[in-house]
Amino acid sequence: MKIIVTSTGDGMNATVDPHFGRCSYFAIVDTESGDFEAIANQYKDAAGGAGTKAAQFIIDKGVGALLTGHCGPKASEVLDDTDIQIVSGINKGTVMEAVNAFKEVGRGQGGGQGGNR
Amino acid sequence: MILAVASGKGGTGKTMLATSLALSVADAQYIDCDVEEPNGSLFLHVNIQTHQPVGIPVPRIDKDRCSLCGLCSEACEFNALAQSKTHVLVFADLCHGCGVCSYVCPEDGAITETERRIGMVETGVFQDMNTHDVLFSQGRLDVGELMATPLIKAVRKTSDPARTVIIDAPPGTSCPLVETVRGVDYCLLVTEPTPFGLNDLELAVGVMRLLSLPFGVIINRSDSGDNQVKNYCQLEGIPVLMEIPFRRDLAEAYSKGIPFVQIDERYRTLFQQMVVKIRQELEL
Repeated sequence: MKIIVTSTGDGMNATVDPHFGRCSYFAIVDTESGDFEAIANQYKDAAGGAGTKAAQFIIDKGVGALLTGHCGPKASEVLDDTDIQIVSGINKGTVMEAVNAFKEVGRGQGGGQGGNR
Repeated sequence: MILAVASGKGGTGKTMLATSLALSVADAQYIDCDVEEPNGSLFLHVNIQTHQPVGIPVPRIDKDRCSLCGLCSEACEFNALAQSKTHVLVFADLCHGCGVCSYVCPEDGAITETERRIGMVETGVFQDMNTHDVLFSQGRLDVGELMATPLIKAVRKTSDPARTVIIDAPPGTSCPLVETVRGVDYCLLVTEPTPFGLNDLELAVGVMRLLSLPFGVIINRSDSGDNQVKNYCQLEGIPVLMEIPFRRDLAEAYSKGIPFVQIDERYRTLFQQMVVKIRQELEL
């Protein structure tokens, strides 16, 4: 499964960015192959609606989960009827740590159902 | 002639000046374009006679006719549309009502435009005891509303070409100011002799020059602060049209909603002379 982590930098060891719509980078990690890609957030400085556009961006990327600090009401509405699992409240640590923690929980639960919205 | 009173920095005395200016010139019309917090009526006690609601067109998506092509959300400059896997979402509070979504939509009837109210345009007449009546209009943005510019556009339309129109502009140098001063004949930039006043004056001057608008500066509370504003104006060849020193009696009148020309009548003459000078400069 591909997951997106909001990040402050373009590496696996960068700190997670607690903002969703206005994060610096979207780190895309493939949990099976280990492939990693960081894409700069082009909506970071939008005057308004950064969250809606960021949400549409991750839908278009076809990911299974989003790990971030806080996902605003507009972004949540866009993501509402998708099956993207949103894990919020991740305010510290590196991208790698967030991904590993997510994988651990997933194993414990036997597949990432639910998640804390 | 249309005169706009603008500032860049807030709290320099735009409304104090604009209301007293409107009371000083014959056949004036005062238009409050500071639609986020119109307060000219605190000084010009007007009986509002007309209330006209103003709205902007926002898209409504017909789910059955939408083919999820993605063109509308891609074209939206204000991120008011987002597309999920199953439908297009409209965030009306971000919509500027530009209509580009219905323009680019290839499906027949998938997008229709409905009106969403953003505020009111109100008009009335102020009867001055000493002089003539002053036509009055103001825009009043609804609480919680973000889209000031379409309302400013609507309130600007109330301007009467037969009158000397005094426009009270919103502070700042962004879209609301630009919409307010678009097409006016002359801009009066009110500032104060402080580093903040100078910084924001420079920004406002930048807007004037970009829009090729003639303008001059009025320094309020001119006996406070420092000389930097004056030096700047001299260096840039910007006319300082008037200096108003700080006076306790004028400030007290202000706090009671009394226009300062009613306290010191000499300012009426000074304003009249200033307007004559501007007319000459513009050859109007």
